[in-house]
Amino acid sequence: MARTPIPIQPAGTKTAAFEYLTTKKDELVGWARKFSLFPYPFVTACCAMEFMAVSSSPYDTDRFGAALPRFSPRQADLLMVVGTVTHKQAPVLYKVYEQMCEPKWVMAFGVCATSGGFYQNYAAVQGIDKIIPVDVYVPGCPPRPETVIDGIMQLQDKIARSRHPIMTKDF
Amino acid sequence: MGVEIGLLQQRLAPPDYDVLSGRDMPVVRLPPARLLNAVTLLKNEFHFDLFLDVTAVDWLPRQPRFEVVYHFYSTRHFGRIRLKTAVTEGDPTVDSLVSLYGSAGYMERECHDMYGIAFRGNPDLRPILLYEGFVGHPLRKDYPKLKEQPLVPYRK
Repeated sequence: MARTPIPIQPAGTKTAAFEYLTTKKDELVGWARKFSLFPYPFVTACCAMEFMAVSSSPYDTDRFGAALPRFSPRQADLLMVVGTVTHKQAPVLYKVYEQMCEPKWVMAFGVCATSGGFYQNYAAVQGIDKIIPVDVYVPGCPPRPETVIDGIMQLQDKIARSRHPIMTKDF
Repeated sequence: MGVEIGLLQQRLAPPDYDVLSGRDMPVVRLPPARLLNAVTLLKNEFHFDLFLDVTAVDWLPRQPRFEVVYHFYSTRHFGRIRLKTAVTEGDPTVDSLVSLYGSAGYMERECHDMYGIAFRGNPDLRPILLYEGFVGHPLRKDYPKLKEQPLVPYRK
């Protein structure tokens, strides 16, 4: 008995059902990812004090699922650059960023990481976005813990809104 | 406490040395060629056994351009002393104090980084705060204020 071949869909055409499924999948994956941020603290300066304050119990970033710092970039998906980055450190920061797996996000924590802050001389990088892409900027010298939490929430919104391809480019 | 200024003036006499009682501590001005002699004397006779710091001052456009400034401390009589010696831009060389104070090595490296003072006899004058490949000396007055020398190429 001759079988009728299963019609193969030409690439690029999507049915309405498939589109619906994809958006729901993005929503689901985004929801899951935004509550399981694993920060890698790239701590170089005094903002570290504020990072400790924000990650310990009074402000408690665990409420946003971003509490467990991973001290290997390969296990992290949120790079928090906390403090001034000098030109001498820039290759290290770049290597750390390159070693992180996708998906990954970067937070510039404090005004020095954001724009160089009040350092403008031979030593300081004028904002880490000169070297690596940045998703959320947290201003302040140092930022209040509330500002950092606001930054984390904005990053969560960004993650929830974006596409999350997991298997192929399309799905 | 401290050191007798009269005794210092006796042992470090003009015309080579000029001993002043500074506002906070005695100050000795001396030519670079006399540096090792003077420091050896201060260490052995006046018990200045702790090397605190060496730095430089760029007096552009004054000549001679640089002044190398040393600070010493005594853990025996708790006094301090400051040494100043002037070097020119053409030959910014002073003798290294590594043979007398081991800790001088790192501080001379830093001074070499920032001002380009050459310390004759220091075995290791590699950059300590700067990085390999950095051109110039950033704390000199003629280093452009906004000049950066990035190691990682900028995006965009």
